Amino acid sequence: MTVQPEILKPPPTEVGLLGWLKKNLFSTWSNTLLTFVSVPFIYLVLSAVITWVFQDARWEVVTTNFKVFMIGRYPRKEAWRVLASLGIVVLLVLLTWISQTVKRYPMARWLVIGWLLSFPLIGVLLRGFSSENPYLPLVSEEIWSGLMLTLVLAIVGIVASFPIGILLALGRRSKMPVIKALSTVYIETIRGVPLISVLFMSQVMLPLFLPPEIRLGTVVRALTGMTLFSAAYTAENVRGGLAAIPIGQYEAARAVGLNEALVMGLIVLPQALRAMIPAIVGQFISLFKDTTLVIIVGLLELLGIAKAVTGQKEFIGLHKEVYAFAAILFFIFCYLMSYASRRLEQALGVGER
Amino acid sequence: MSQHAASVKQRSVPFWRNERVLRIIAQIVFLLIAFAVGTWMLFNYKQRESLFSFNFLKEEASFHLAEGIPFSPTDSYARAFLVGVVNTIRVAGLGIIFATLLGSIAGIARLSDNWLVSRIAGIYIEIVRNTPLLVQLFFLYFAVIIKLPRIQEALVLPGPVFLSNRGIVLPWVHMTDSFSSWLPFLFMALIGAVVLLIMRGRGVQRTGRPSFNLLWVGVPLIVIPWLGWLLISSAPLLPNLPEMISKSGGVLKVEGGTNLSSEFAALLIGLVVYTGAFIAEVVRAGIMAVPKGQTEAARAQGFTQGQILRLIILPQALRVIIPPLISQYLNLTKNSSLAIGIGFLDLYAVSNTMLNQSGRVVEVFLMIMASYLSMSLTISLIMNIVNRRSQIVER
Repeated sequence: MTVQPEILKPPPTEVGLLGWLKKNLFSTWSNTLLTFVSVPFIYLVLSAVITWVFQDARWEVVTTNFKVFMIGRYPRKEAWRVLASLGIVVLLVLLTWISQTVKRYPMARWLVIGWLLSFPLIGVLLRGFSSENPYLPLVSEEIWSGLMLTLVLAIVGIVASFPIGILLALGRRSKMPVIKALSTVYIETIRGVPLISVLFMSQVMLPLFLPPEIRLGTVVRALTGMTLFSAAYTAENVRGGLAAIPIGQYEAARAVGLNEALVMGLIVLPQALRAMIPAIVGQFISLFKDTTLVIIVGLLELLGIAKAVTGQKEFIGLHKEVYAFAAILFFIFCYLMSYASRRLEQALGVGER
Repeated sequence: MSQHAASVKQRSVPFWRNERVLRIIAQIVFLLIAFAVGTWMLFNYKQRESLFSFNFLKEEASFHLAEGIPFSPTDSYARAFLVGVVNTIRVAGLGIIFATLLGSIAGIARLSDNWLVSRIAGIYIEIVRNTPLLVQLFFLYFAVIIKLPRIQEALVLPGPVFLSNRGIVLPWVHMTDSFSSWLPFLFMALIGAVVLLIMRGRGVQRTGRPSFNLLWVGVPLIVIPWLGWLLISSAPLLPNLPEMISKSGGVLKVEGGTNLSSEFAALLIGLVVYTGAFIAEVVRAGIMAVPKGQTEAARAQGFTQGQILRLIILPQALRVIIPPLISQYLNLTKNSSLAIGIGFLDLYAVSNTMLNQSGRVVEVFLMIMASYLSMSLTISLIMNIVNRRSQIVER
């Protein structure tokens, strides 16, 4: 007959709430001290924030101006076009997400085409044709503003910088000394100076070097600056991606008889691009934050609109509410993107060796 | 077989398929295109602007600059630019020091065993990293610092520190006439400390363990200046405490101490808080890169917690930390150009004024680029030396 050993319950100080408290807050005397310092700190900060948010803040400045924050000076009658563009993007994102989880290959190919088509489609939708057009009257990009302009600047900046960045990265790895030197100088110069000075160059200096017949609008010039700036960073990301491809891939591709261009285009770049998706997302997040700088060259993106709103007569002195709202919007976008990029990193298995 | 090889050799590659020739041609074509575009742009520029010269730098600037080294409207453009450069260096230098401190504390706090402390650090890092710096600066300047009470009703913190919408007044020291006779003692203290450090280093090399505690190095640093202070009849340094003085007509004014303008304070705090969050992530990654076995092995050998951190973790973590830390320092320096958004007169803001006054766009632009590039180069140079020192003990 075996003796059933008596199973003792763990002491109450080691499991459950008490155990958690002991392990995480009071494990050593220094830990306890830290807890006793941080609790009043948290109380002070939280109580100040909560009383401000729910009592003192006058949020009507945000609720009244909500549309202004979103689309700025875009004509209210045409606001549906912004919503429709947003709808296209949301639809594409949803379809991509579904095709990723369901793993149906043929759909993926259509999605690529859909994404590629969506850019000109949204461009036409937002800008329209001519002012007489009954369906899509012209809304010049000069009056685009608000969150919409922020998104346009960031997305066009990253997409347009891509081909330039790839060329620059290939140039920097090239065996031709002239091309290598020029690419390196370009990349390092741009990375060594602040974005503001590049924006300034595109705003003030670029027109000086173009013939007087060519007149570019402020938004187009800002886009040029963002693209030139972002291209240098894209180039470094691409270079990192290319460096991650084992040399055997080149050699094998050469051995089957592909020439250098085909080796790059068919074998190396596709693999490199996959390896650098997380880096590109990170770059997109910082570019998204950097779009705020166009306020300095006079454009009204989200922060510019916020600054304009603080100047409204009926809402004078409500800087805290307005800037807090802008910060929250930026936070939501950036946090979602960095969350998505972390998920993507896990899905792609990047960084697992 | 040999016949075949010979036939291959005979059939030499035509030049249009010879890779070497093609490469040279490609480069020449590329250069020609670049040259053509350059000439076309220069042609367009020449049509608008007749001359390109830096002579305007000697001319009178005729604008006010209220920040940094003394400047009057009769001074030259060159001096105005210098004011901007000095202001940028001042804010970037202080910013780098404080951001490193804040970042290290936050990074270590993020890894703390204490759940609350690591959560506080985590929330700080996430909020700051995910909002644009310019939004933070605007909030700090327009919504906080400008909303502080007027200087007459300034908030007084212990110190005394006066907070008002005109800036922050901090207690400071001022040098009396006898400071120059005290200076040699400071030098002697420094030399004494360096000598002790070298002796200690030699001892470590010879016997494998230091012959005396590191704290002894501090002794000359304290004792020699103290002796000097006693020997000199009047104190070489006097505290310069700010105080509220009521002038005639009941006007209150803060005098004494050192005054940080509200723009400077906003920019410095903003840069430190922003870059600190990024440095915290760098520090955290560096510490986490040290394998856990290192700590466990050190503890098994009887090292104390402080020794483990100082002798085992830190030297290894530094190798991982320094390269990304360099790029954070560079980012901070470049981000200081956002000063123009809140009206601090840094290099970029002053250049902008210069440009509006003189109209010399390209010249000023080249000066901006050159200044930022040389600052970036200097920082990477210094930090690369530090990096090499930390990498010496490679496995």
